[in-house]
Amino acid sequence: MTEVGSAKRRRTAGSGSTSATQRSIYPTWFYLPAGVLYLIFFAVPTFASFWFSLTRWTLFDTEFIGLDNFVQFFAEPQLSRGFLNTLIYGFVTSGAKVVLGLALAVLLTSQLVGRGYLRSVVFFPVLVSTIGVGITFKALLDPFDGVVNTMLATFGIEGPGWFTDPNQALLTIAAVDVWKGLGIATLIYIAGIVAIPQEYYEAARVDGAGAWRQFRSITLPLVQPATATVIILSLIGGLRSFDLIWATTGGGPGFTSDVIGSVIYKQYQAGFYGLSTAGNVILFLVVTAIMVPVSLLLNRKEVDR
Amino acid sequence: MSRTFPTRRFAAATAAAALAATGALTGCAASGSGDGTTEITFLTSNDAPNPETAEALAAAFEEEHPDVSVDVEIRPGGTEGDNLVKTRLSTGEMADVFYYNSGSLLQALNPDSTLVDLSDQEWVSSLTEEFTPVVSTDNGLYGAPLGASFAGGVVYNKPLYEELGLEVPETWDEFMANNATIAAEGDGVAPVIQTYGETWTSQLFVLGDFANVLAVDPEWADQYTAHQRSYADEPALLGFQHQQEVAEAGYFNEDFPSAAFQDGARMVAEGEGAHYPMLSSVIQTILQNTPDAVDDIGFFALPAEDAANTQATIWQPNALYVPRSTEGAELEAAKELVAFANSEAGCEIQNELLPPAGPYAGTCEALDTAPALLADIQAYFDAGKAANALEFSSPVKGPNLEKVTVEVGSGIKTAEEAAEFYDQDVENQARQLGLEGW
Repeated sequence: MTEVGSAKRRRTAGSGSTSATQRSIYPTWFYLPAGVLYLIFFAVPTFASFWFSLTRWTLFDTEFIGLDNFVQFFAEPQLSRGFLNTLIYGFVTSGAKVVLGLALAVLLTSQLVGRGYLRSVVFFPVLVSTIGVGITFKALLDPFDGVVNTMLATFGIEGPGWFTDPNQALLTIAAVDVWKGLGIATLIYIAGIVAIPQEYYEAARVDGAGAWRQFRSITLPLVQPATATVIILSLIGGLRSFDLIWATTGGGPGFTSDVIGSVIYKQYQAGFYGLSTAGNVILFLVVTAIMVPVSLLLNRKEVDR
Repeated sequence: MSRTFPTRRFAAATAAAALAATGALTGCAASGSGDGTTEITFLTSNDAPNPETAEALAAAFEEEHPDVSVDVEIRPGGTEGDNLVKTRLSTGEMADVFYYNSGSLLQALNPDSTLVDLSDQEWVSSLTEEFTPVVSTDNGLYGAPLGASFAGGVVYNKPLYEELGLEVPETWDEFMANNATIAAEGDGVAPVIQTYGETWTSQLFVLGDFANVLAVDPEWADQYTAHQRSYADEPALLGFQHQQEVAEAGYFNEDFPSAAFQDGARMVAEGEGAHYPMLSSVIQTILQNTPDAVDDIGFFALPAEDAANTQATIWQPNALYVPRSTEGAELEAAKELVAFANSEAGCEIQNELLPPAGPYAGTCEALDTAPALLADIQAYFDAGKAANALEFSSPVKGPNLEKVTVEVGSGIKTAEEAAEFYDQDVENQARQLGLEGW
């Protein structure tokens, strides 16, 4: 989100203030405490990680090996699968959250009995720890004595191996991720819909527009800023997702649900500290490379309107 | 069977991990207190029955040495534990005595610069010649055994064998014939148990076959370290191929994709499955969960193609170590605690809480009450048909073997594809270690 916010701010600042050397209202010493904290906890670790990604690091000693870690990371046999899975996971979860979040938000902004309660119910999964959700779903979706497949069996349906079938695992995790993260998307959309002036709808109704037409021509275009936020948030979340995958399948069975995040974690576990740091640098670059164009595109639309 | 293959990794208890983490922050700087007693800390892993054993050793030691108090700390097992141990050692915050793997995992701790050389201790003279090298470097000897060695092979249900009139197989074909009989006449019994809910359990077909590889090619381990041998070629490839063969024959238990290690132990103990390719130390789990079944369990080595090459693969016990950061009175007390674990009183505790599933490596001796499968394993030693697992003769072990073997067992990859993939995985590890020839 940071690059989105700062990009926007830069644009407004550039157009607003012509004098680049605007005097600060605070004396320099006033910035010192925050500056020191920033240096120690953000700047130093960030640059240290760039350094360690260039070393063979055993925790006991480090040896500078140039770009070998990066070469090795890209030679990792599980990586191509991991990249593909990361993209599938990121785009599937993000897309599902946009569609379902908007649908739910339309429902929850209508005149419903107990609307406040229903709104909070949608948000509850967001508050639960991801690891807890993962472990719970792993138990519920156990192919042999999980609640879901036992229930399906009473109807004579043989449930799939949700987390154990190689073709199924990644999509099951994505579905759980959507369930867990949908609350935020819905919340953002509710805020977006509520902000649309009622007069537009009244005018449309006078002109004889039906429900679908009102949704297509008023709601959908006017919640565009909310859509941009949901896409950006959920895409970043999806691309660097790790915790839910680790808690449910550990990237398995085999490597079939591995994403970049889990590949990196396994390297860290194996004690390849330099290599996994290099992986994180690469993940950072990949997420940036995808997110910068996406956020530019979405924000340009916003400005054009 | 390094990093990703701990001796006994049960579901890592998060609570214990948190405990260990706070221990790392607060409880490690042991120091002599005002009243003349020396306080030392003893770090063990959370896999049952290790915490119980550590507590019992600490209590008995304190009784014998009233001027020393021992504080037991618990860490997670598996790779999480590896990283915790490395971090604490490299920051000089390690407990005064700690329990950890021998072999290649120990070598990764950089023992020459982090651990205290114990080669002048009395118990050293009692160590077996198989154990000594796996706790030593060229410059010193660093560990005392805790618990007995154990074997990797097939743990089987003996009453089932009697009922079906089966004999312990010595060749792979005999093993497959037994499986066929069990499948046909066993009344729903699974011929082979697999438990991919905990992926480390999937590696036995490959790792437990290593002694058979050595029987064919005695130079294999050294040549492997030098990058002159690979899993994609016979004889090492056979481990993968055997796993594929059993999987394709449909001999696994129905719930193999999600079953856990404990389920596997229960199934073989209760006769729901006939064979469980596993470490013989699984008997300690069976002793805890289904104690009546302990003597129904037998052991045989994974059979080679040729009976003459069938050997048992042996894992040397984990050991107790003292870090360099421990000095003065604490160092003396720490050395005494290590010696105590291998004294008569210490052996009594080991026999009671860590019942041996293989021969001891030091002073301790097994009692008559030891589990019945110990005799099966001892027989391989007596016949000279036992060899150390690969992790004790080569530092090279890819971190992803357990995922690869899950893929073979689940039919995602063929044995050949898997072996090739694993050879690539291993390259990463060897380069990381800076070995020559990679």
